[in-house]
Amino acid sequence: MQLFDLVFYVFAFITIVSGFIVVFSKNIIYSAFSLLFTFFGVAGLYVLLQADFLAVTQILIYVGGILVLLLFGLMLTNNVINVEIKTGTIQTVPALILVAIVAGTLAGLFYSTWRSAGSAMINLPPTTQTLGEMLMTSYLLPFEIASVVLLVSLIGAAMTARRNRRVAS
Amino acid sequence: MSSLPVFWNEFTAWLPHVQLAHFLIVSAVLFALGLYGIVTRKNAILVLMGIELVLNAANINLIAFSRYSTLRLDGQVAAIFVIILAACEAAIALAIVLNIYHRFHTVNVDEVSNLKE
Repeated sequence: MQLFDLVFYVFAFITIVSGFIVVFSKNIIYSAFSLLFTFFGVAGLYVLLQADFLAVTQILIYVGGILVLLLFGLMLTNNVINVEIKTGTIQTVPALILVAIVAGTLAGLFYSTWRSAGSAMINLPPTTQTLGEMLMTSYLLPFEIASVVLLVSLIGAAMTARRNRRVAS
Repeated sequence: MSSLPVFWNEFTAWLPHVQLAHFLIVSAVLFALGLYGIVTRKNAILVLMGIELVLNAANINLIAFSRYSTLRLDGQVAAIFVIILAACEAAIALAIVLNIYHRFHTVNVDEVSNLKE
């Protein structure tokens, strides 16, 4: 077992255990903060896969943006004065059946293919320059569409979250 | 039943050598967890957290395949677009949840069930 494998198991453990806490914790705040560790674990897996730019992007956008947004939502929609913010679960049995079907399918696929899954590992050069060139050449149209989607969602979120809406007449 | 010990020996020999399948297993577990969270959670924001878990699982798959196959960086570009759309989705969904809270004074998805005022 080399260092690569050891680091992989550390990050996989962090990711999956904190993912369990996100899904199964009764306390909303615990869920939100263990989502932080899930994102960090996934970023570590990205570093192991030599996706350096994406690892930094993951930390910047998920931890710095999306998680803070979710925490804002939690604080605004719950009684924060009440220390113990609990939440219940619904539909546990259908969810278990659904997850069992999905996990069984994935396990079956894994059982039938894992012996042949020894594809060669490619050593990638630092990815940032190549990614930028690809975004500006072969992925130019999706890049522009993504910028328009960002603008539309910005305006839409601001319009939707505004409290007093006056009808222009 | 002599195939089970053989399988177990092969499996324990396979386990310490991290390959593509290890990353795919982590992503599959994360996907199943996110799916369970989406279906069972009452609070709308925790449903959003489940969606983020599912998107992260998909991203791990994309990046693992871009390292372990001849696709090179195309998978990573797809992962960038997934992150962009996740940010958009979180912003819009949070705005909708805030509106629901102002109207119904709750964010539990099983209590928000009527369309009329």
